Amino acid sequence: MTATRPGSAAAAGGGTILDVKNLEAWYGESHILHGMNFSVNAGEVVTLLGRNGAGKTTTLKSIMGILGKRTGSVRFNNRELIRLTSDRIARLGIALCPEERGIFASLDVRENLLLPPVVREGGLSLDQIFELFPNLKERLKSQGTKLSGGEQQMLAIARILRTGASFLMLDEPTEGLAPVIIQQIGHTIARLKKEGFTILLVEQNFRFASTVADRYYVVEHGKVIDGFSNAELPANMDKLHGYLGV
Amino acid sequence: MQALYAQLLVGLINGSFYALLSLGLAVIFGMLNIINFAHGALYMMGAFVAYFLLSLFGLNYWWALFIAPVVVGIFGMILERTLLKWLAGLDHLYGLLLTFGIALIVQGVFQNYFGSSGLPYAIPDQLRGGMNLGFMFLPVYRGWVVVFSLVVCLATWFLIERTRLGAYLRAATENPTLVRAFGINVPRMITLTYGLGVGLAALAGVLSAPINQVRPLMGADLIIVVFAVVVIGGMGSIMGSIITGFALGVIEGLTKYFYPEASNTVVFVLMVLVLLVKPTGLTGRAA
Repeated sequence: MTATRPGSAAAAGGGTILDVKNLEAWYGESHILHGMNFSVNAGEVVTLLGRNGAGKTTTLKSIMGILGKRTGSVRFNNRELIRLTSDRIARLGIALCPEERGIFASLDVRENLLLPPVVREGGLSLDQIFELFPNLKERLKSQGTKLSGGEQQMLAIARILRTGASFLMLDEPTEGLAPVIIQQIGHTIARLKKEGFTILLVEQNFRFASTVADRYYVVEHGKVIDGFSNAELPANMDKLHGYLGV
Repeated sequence: MQALYAQLLVGLINGSFYALLSLGLAVIFGMLNIINFAHGALYMMGAFVAYFLLSLFGLNYWWALFIAPVVVGIFGMILERTLLKWLAGLDHLYGLLLTFGIALIVQGVFQNYFGSSGLPYAIPDQLRGGMNLGFMFLPVYRGWVVVFSLVVCLATWFLIERTRLGAYLRAATENPTLVRAFGINVPRMITLTYGLGVGLAALAGVLSAPINQVRPLMGADLIIVVFAVVVIGGMGSIMGSIITGFALGVIEGLTKYFYPEASNTVVFVLMVLVLLVKPTGLTGRAA
């Protein structure tokens, strides 16, 4: 299950798996992304940092193809996504865990978990998922939205691990959660990285991000304005405080 | 007493049609957000397809039960693909006006060729006659309609509430964007859902043909009551629309026995009362 995941670090030889160039996107009439440029290498955890409203969530949504209008280029495994619909993008092995978690109230936990179709081989089995998130196993029959916030977040992550998608986009997975659960999500991300998943993370909680990320991009007004690796982090702390206003 | 049982049976029969039609409306509303005013016209088309199959191709009732829902369902899917899909995201009013217009056109075309009087459709041989139950005489065909409708309703409920495909449908009703982002072809699902709802209406049309004759306006008369049923039951609930459909048929039947003067209005009186007390309907969720 580790090194042979299609499209994973091994398959892509650690090269660029996602390449975003001049990505512009609109929410209805409002122009949100003004030419995003960044890339993600296979097997990396990359975090988009930035203030509220900078365009981080919009970036994930437009990679996934769920915004009405987008231009520029998004290449995944050297394949252009900009004209594809979101169902076809998902079938190439990209999965989104949305900020609002998107747990379905009319489905029980098992149905929520099994909802996303398997798009390729190499996904986690249910047993492996229950090993990562033991709480879910206890609550399979519960209505999806009856779970606690932490459990809902785990469910939202768990359900995209089954599908065989090797590129995961997690939008603020720690938002509003207790420290102990944040820690559990941190362990999960580290474990997923070890198993060859590539992860693009949006996170407000910079301290959390710094425990899991390999590289960072800073987003402001719908553009990437800076980027550095985890090793360069100490040297960039002052600048970063300035960007994030913390 | 005989008369009471007879009215109860009539009520159950009407309830069967209410249930099949309101079930289709609920499924369509949940997924497409369209109040399908063309439902009555599509129900009528089901009956006419049965009539054509018999008179032109010699295919009997049992064939019609299968073929008519498929033919009308395909017609519905073409409507969805060519017209209804453009309404996505618009106010309910547009869907209501468009489907109402479609109903008028379809009914107008049939009226032009077949007039307004009914065409006969015989009860199939296997379902002729009746049974003496001791307390009442039960015409076999009527008993069949009630039982078969109930089975179809419960099968549809099972499909939607208990299967994988149904889970996709329920999820897409809640958040189509996310379901699509999981790799499911939601537009195709919407088309098929409309086909399913329309197919149920056509099936009700076939069932009704031997009882009510085949008339271009058979659906127009029925659909107003069905919409009242849907309002009472609450849009979007599958089991709610089944139970409300049968229950209101029975209530109507009982009213015919106890206070015949009110039998045509009792459903609407109930609708007003329910709207006053619980505007989302008995089983409906708030929008």
